[in-house]
Amino acid sequence: MSPVLADLLQVSALIAALALVHRPFGDHMAAVYRSTRHLRVERWTYRAIGVNPDAEQRWPAYLRGVLAFSAVSVLFLYLVQRVQDRLPLSLGFQPISPDQAFNTAASFTSNTNWQSYSGESAMGHLVQTGGLAVQNFLSAAVGMAVAVALVRGFARSRTGELGNFWADLVRGTVRILLPVATLAAIVLVAAGAVQNLSDHHAVTSVTGVTQHLPSGAVASQEAIKDLGTNGGGVFNANSAHPFENPNALTNLLEIFLLTVIPFSLPRTFGSLVGDVRQGRAVVAAMAVIWLTGVVLVTVLEFQHPGAAAQAAGGAMEGKEVRFGEGGSSLFAVSTTMTSTGAVNSFHSSFSGLSGGVLLLGMMLGEVAPGGVGSGLYGMLVMAVIAVFVAGLMVGRTPEYLGKKIRAREIKLAACSVLITPTLVLVGTALAVALPTPPDSARNPGPHGFSEILYAYTSASNNNGSAFAGLNADTDWYNTTLGLAMLLGRFLPMVFVLALAGSLAEQRPVPATAGTLQTTKPLFTQLLVGAVLVVAGLTFFPALALGPLAEGL
Amino acid sequence: MNATLRNTSRLTFAALRALLVLSLITGVLYPLVVTGVAQGAFPDQANGSVVELDGREVGSSLVGQTWNDEDGNPDPRWFQPRPSAADYDAEASGASNLAADSPELLELVRERRARVAAFNGVPESEVPVDAVTASGSGLDPHISPRYARLQADRVARARDLDGAAVRTLVDDAVRSRVAGFLGEPRVNVLQLNLDLAELDR
Repeated sequence: MSPVLADLLQVSALIAALALVHRPFGDHMAAVYRSTRHLRVERWTYRAIGVNPDAEQRWPAYLRGVLAFSAVSVLFLYLVQRVQDRLPLSLGFQPISPDQAFNTAASFTSNTNWQSYSGESAMGHLVQTGGLAVQNFLSAAVGMAVAVALVRGFARSRTGELGNFWADLVRGTVRILLPVATLAAIVLVAAGAVQNLSDHHAVTSVTGVTQHLPSGAVASQEAIKDLGTNGGGVFNANSAHPFENPNALTNLLEIFLLTVIPFSLPRTFGSLVGDVRQGRAVVAAMAVIWLTGVVLVTVLEFQHPGAAAQAAGGAMEGKEVRFGEGGSSLFAVSTTMTSTGAVNSFHSSFSGLSGGVLLLGMMLGEVAPGGVGSGLYGMLVMAVIAVFVAGLMVGRTPEYLGKKIRAREIKLAACSVLITPTLVLVGTALAVALPTPPDSARNPGPHGFSEILYAYTSASNNNGSAFAGLNADTDWYNTTLGLAMLLGRFLPMVFVLALAGSLAEQRPVPATAGTLQTTKPLFTQLLVGAVLVVAGLTFFPALALGPLAEGL
Repeated sequence: MNATLRNTSRLTFAALRALLVLSLITGVLYPLVVTGVAQGAFPDQANGSVVELDGREVGSSLVGQTWNDEDGNPDPRWFQPRPSAADYDAEASGASNLAADSPELLELVRERRARVAAFNGVPESEVPVDAVTASGSGLDPHISPRYARLQADRVARARDLDGAAVRTLVDDAVRSRVAGFLGEPRVNVLQLNLDLAELDR
């Protein structure tokens, strides 16, 4: 079988699996967030927290819950790293330095999982499982909670009540993430991912070299790292590491895991607003952008432009033989267009234009399909902007799902959309203008600029992947990227929840003959157009200096 | 003011308690349950798929290794792995991160191509891409079937073995795509070299 045909089948298998699963899984998630019953373990949890899960919250209270929980999480994760030498199972590793510990705490709490450290030589078992992997679950559950709150804003009227943050957090963790992660982790172990709490295992090779095989609770972390679109691997090489991603089958499973919740949430949305066709129009927009990205990067990598790749006869630098160009391209696009940031191949060595597509995937705001929760609320904010633009064209007050998009709503949506571009462009500009930060770049010329642009894009959009040549373990990058991650995660949430509150207070307006039908392909096109135009206009100059200059 | 402060501290404590309870569930119970199942049902995989030769642990079937002589040069008697940015140090996985049009990478590729061609006594045009590029993990356990076949005659010469026997060994070691369409055909270097040691006893 030719590599191209095999790759076509591989992409088709993934799409078929997603198409098959997104309906029952999306409906399951809708049932979880709609449920009025509490599981026993959930009731214990609520009692321990001291909250009433049935108490409805308006948006300021919901937001306070999100922010308080995340602030405590950052602080806790920082402290765990700072005292790791005094913790059990630390493998003899030293405490993490203050700037790197801040960066990592911000990174995992904001669902970014940017890693300025090398896992196998820095983090002990307890920090990995009890600190970092915990945030893989919880930051994902927070993202889903905010998305569901926004959906309730559309679904409810004349109330302003958005649900209960603590209930949404606990349910998302216990009923959605935990069961799937457990199952996936066991499949990963069966396929070869390691899962132990031992010391690194020394063996002596046939030629007499001592090799220390790294250990850890890898499979359990790998499963939630992908499912929660987190991306922080146990090892430096992330999902390229054979202990995290041992073969082509686990590779496809991991790509499935990182896309399954984002592609299923539109179904949840449709189900919660009482019209699954609304979800279908949204998921179609996500799928069109994602698939375009997959095709572009795959074709480019098979063509392998670039002097060094041409001389080598293929784009295999930074890629594993067991995945090849196809399996690596599919993973790369899926990880950057969700907010995952896990890598099974190193994006810096992709061709210049492929790197540009990966960058653009993040610059679109990670809405196609986007991170767990953040993809859906990002796309719904874009939908608000799309109906607003359409409303301007025909001179009508725009509506979406029976809610008027008035000045207040459009201001909140616009603020939410403008935050990450501001962080990316200001951050990159500062890093390039200052004397020392540019020295961190590994490659000369436009690619060096791309490395810095990629870092701020990845951090602000909570992706976490990197053009990893950049030495980001400096005071400057640890601090500024840490701030970009926190602001890029939580400022949009403020506006999204305010928008949700504003929508929930409205009384619904009945649809008339002049109402834009948001269940039709026309709306999907409009939505794709809005996503591309907003990001395109904002980032084109920066892309021209980096990947376009490099690739053309 | 006092009420605000009281509310804030109440909220903070609720958040802290939530974090601790959920950490217990996701950070202690979850990894312990998975570890328990893994160690019970799949102990070999869970502990690193360690491979033995004559009862001695010599590596993991999943993690690549160097096959050098005492001076640190590639040993012609063994099949050689891909170049590695981590030098196959299993505690320092990673890639070169060099760009596809990087002059440094271009130079490296040319050097590697010349070296591999000379080492195996073949023309430069026959050297496949995986022999001149470093993997993402730096620990790639595999090479392409082409690179393995290219090395067979050199290995046979260095060991004074029948060329056909070594070529058959390589053919037997080739693994096709998973399920016929996933990933790429490949040869596991450690397995192949262990088969080779067996043949050359």
